Amino acid sequence: MNDIVFGKKDDVSVVLSGEAGQGIQTVEQILTGLLKLSGYNIFGTKEYMSRVRGGSNSTLIRVSSRRVTSVVDAIDILIPFDRAAFDHVASRVSTDTLIICEADKLFTDAMEPRERVIDIPFAALASEAGGAMYLNTVATGVVAGLFEIDRDVFEHHVREYFAGNKDAVIHNNVTAGCNGFNEIQRLNKSGRIAIDIKRNAAVADEILMNGASAIGIGAIAGGCNFIASYPMSPATAVLVFLAAHSAEYGIVVEQAEDEIAAINMALGAWFAGARAMVSTSGGGFALMEEAIGLAGMIESPIVVHLAQRPGPATGLPTRTEQGDLQLVFYAGHGEFPRIILAPGTLDDAVYCTHQAFNLADKFQVPVFIMTDQYLMDTYYNIPSVNLSDMRIIKYIVKTSEGYRRYELTDSGISPRGIPGFGSGFVCADSDEHDEDGHITEDLDLRVRMVDKRLAKLEAMRQDAIPPVLTGDAAYTVLVLGWGSTCNVIKEALSRIGRDDLAFLHFVQVYPLHPDTIDYLARADKVIMIEGNATAQLAGMLKRELDFNVHETILKYSGLQFSVEELVERIMEKMG
Amino acid sequence: MREDNFDMGAIDIAWCPGCGNFSILEALRGSLSELDIDPEKLVMVSGIGQAAKIPHYVKCHVFNGLHGRALPPATAIKAANPALTVIAAGGDGDMYGEGGNHFLHTLRRNPDITNIVHNNMVYGLTKGQASPTSRMGFTTPVQVGGVTEVPMNAVAIAIAQDASFVARAFSGDVERTREIMKKAIAHRGYALIEILQNCVSFNKINTFQWFRQHTYYLEDSYVPTDRADAFRRATETDALPLGVFYVNPDKPCFEDTLPVYRLTREPLFMRTLDLNRLADLVESKRGS
Repeated sequence: MNDIVFGKKDDVSVVLSGEAGQGIQTVEQILTGLLKLSGYNIFGTKEYMSRVRGGSNSTLIRVSSRRVTSVVDAIDILIPFDRAAFDHVASRVSTDTLIICEADKLFTDAMEPRERVIDIPFAALASEAGGAMYLNTVATGVVAGLFEIDRDVFEHHVREYFAGNKDAVIHNNVTAGCNGFNEIQRLNKSGRIAIDIKRNAAVADEILMNGASAIGIGAIAGGCNFIASYPMSPATAVLVFLAAHSAEYGIVVEQAEDEIAAINMALGAWFAGARAMVSTSGGGFALMEEAIGLAGMIESPIVVHLAQRPGPATGLPTRTEQGDLQLVFYAGHGEFPRIILAPGTLDDAVYCTHQAFNLADKFQVPVFIMTDQYLMDTYYNIPSVNLSDMRIIKYIVKTSEGYRRYELTDSGISPRGIPGFGSGFVCADSDEHDEDGHITEDLDLRVRMVDKRLAKLEAMRQDAIPPVLTGDAAYTVLVLGWGSTCNVIKEALSRIGRDDLAFLHFVQVYPLHPDTIDYLARADKVIMIEGNATAQLAGMLKRELDFNVHETILKYSGLQFSVEELVERIMEKMG
Repeated sequence: MREDNFDMGAIDIAWCPGCGNFSILEALRGSLSELDIDPEKLVMVSGIGQAAKIPHYVKCHVFNGLHGRALPPATAIKAANPALTVIAAGGDGDMYGEGGNHFLHTLRRNPDITNIVHNNMVYGLTKGQASPTSRMGFTTPVQVGGVTEVPMNAVAIAIAQDASFVARAFSGDVERTREIMKKAIAHRGYALIEILQNCVSFNKINTFQWFRQHTYYLEDSYVPTDRADAFRRATETDALPLGVFYVNPDKPCFEDTLPVYRLTREPLFMRTLDLNRLADLVESKRGS
């Protein structure tokens, strides 16, 4: 202990690693909330295996004086629960990493990094509190103690977190937490571990949430009152969030028998005047494709939240990827317009999801919100969510006698009536249909109906959310990205620190905003960054704008890009 | 009988002359008129097939969706606006084959909808292949050696799953079909009415005459509240019983279980969310 000097100043990454079932998630949830309430900027994310027990999972918590919103490789403080947990993240351990663990249980070889180890008798401290199951709460106390959280605040927070459990469980967790807290403070009396992160009272009052909650809040803000889904990682969290708030905000929530039923329910709900969404991942969405075509034909609004994970087939169920853009772009047979949104930040997630409902209703088309496991499971603090600019815009019309659901109009948009509102009849048919909605085999009318449906694309393009430029407008090298890579790319660029380098983030990937080509044409070199193996957005730029990106940086291991990795790879491509 | 409030006037109907669907359509419009259902409050939902075209021939709102997928949107339409009367109609291939999983789970869910299944034991629109209810040995251009799978007994399945209303009718008897249909539509909860019908073009075995000879009505003294008894009668397949097999009036309907209708039955489209209330949720993310 005496030899250890840890003087990391203002941005510390803490990694906890252990088996599934050892309560790593609990540690993450308690600590992110607690550290934020104590005035620290927080970022949390996790990577985990598709199993309920065993294996090795890890969670990263960045604690900083500055706002932090992205994942890093570097580990400043590592708390491995066992040897396998250490090995799991060993490639990220450096000579600067402080390791807090039960040393004898982890390291048998004298050559191993004992000089960076703070030895804490985790098992004994957990056992004193009631058993091995409290090991995670001991670790929570250790981290809280390291960051010098107020002890009463810590105790209160642990108590609150376990509220609703049996008294003994609450008591034992508080004891375990305090055991860890006291032990690290005792060991650190000499003050050799100096963590000097500035606390900010304003941060304590900020909002802390993850991507799943942001999508859920955006959905409610968009007037969502119906969700039908089939559980699938990593999309389930949105279903769970809306279920938790269903009574309060008047949302019908149904866990359907399969994804096919889920989306057909959502289409039925829109038909009857509700604002419905489904939340799924790639494999589940593959089952929904048939109904996406139905939405295209009957010109039904539908909001699809697609939280991507690596495919094909079952792939890596708990990992992240951006591999489904083309799936969504081409989903459903036949030709019809659609909108594809890809939030990059928590603010984007709220805004896009809110906007998705208005856009779907306005243009009577499928609107996709593409996230991924990384964004779903990522937490950080943000100052506020601006609800004041958000409006729930409903485009339903009251029908009168002789109402024609598919009336041919110049814009291609026919006023949308619903059953039981007005005296007209509403007829929706998956067959090609006439203006009344009834089956037709009039082939001239068929052509007019296809043209009418596709005519909406132009207005949709005019309404597109513009791409967002970060950096000096006088760039020569332009980095492109979409969806969840946004914050990682931003931090990488800020570390690179070059004036000639800028970043264009696509919050809407289809239809592309009309300004897109101007941004691209101004650069000498355009580098596309995507979390997939085939550069799918680059393919979209080629198809839509006949633009070829010059370089690509791709990743499809199942993990998000880290900031360090992007710094290195961008520098390489810049030459 | 009242006048037909659901007449579409002179429209082109895509069924073959002599098809059992005409009688089903007649019985349906008659039962709706007699029940005094408001056409403006009626939604007919269907999938694909000859039977699934029936909503187009009834004056009402229509959701003619995908093959096999009538029940999920029908459930959702009722859940989004409980003031509507919702009928999901289609054939044996549509409801029991392509839509078999939805059928099973709609039995569990018990939405207050009526499910009319036209059962002619053959695929019509695709021109004569076996359906899930084709009898064993039935030969077709695909099942050239005859059907080897056991036909699906949806009435028995529905009773086994404690569906809240289960009936079977025969299109050759419009009057009694209409009476059974009226009970099914008036029933609160999921109501299955399977209607046996002939297919003049593709089923030369199970003809109008065959159904006449192979069906009989449950006796007047039959009480449809004993599930074991109902199940036993449903497993009779040499002569197929007709009538109301089973009623469970105590099963709560899907919409009634939804928290959104605890305080008001107002349909979802009439509601507006006060975004200030959402602010409370956002604020709660600040912690305490």
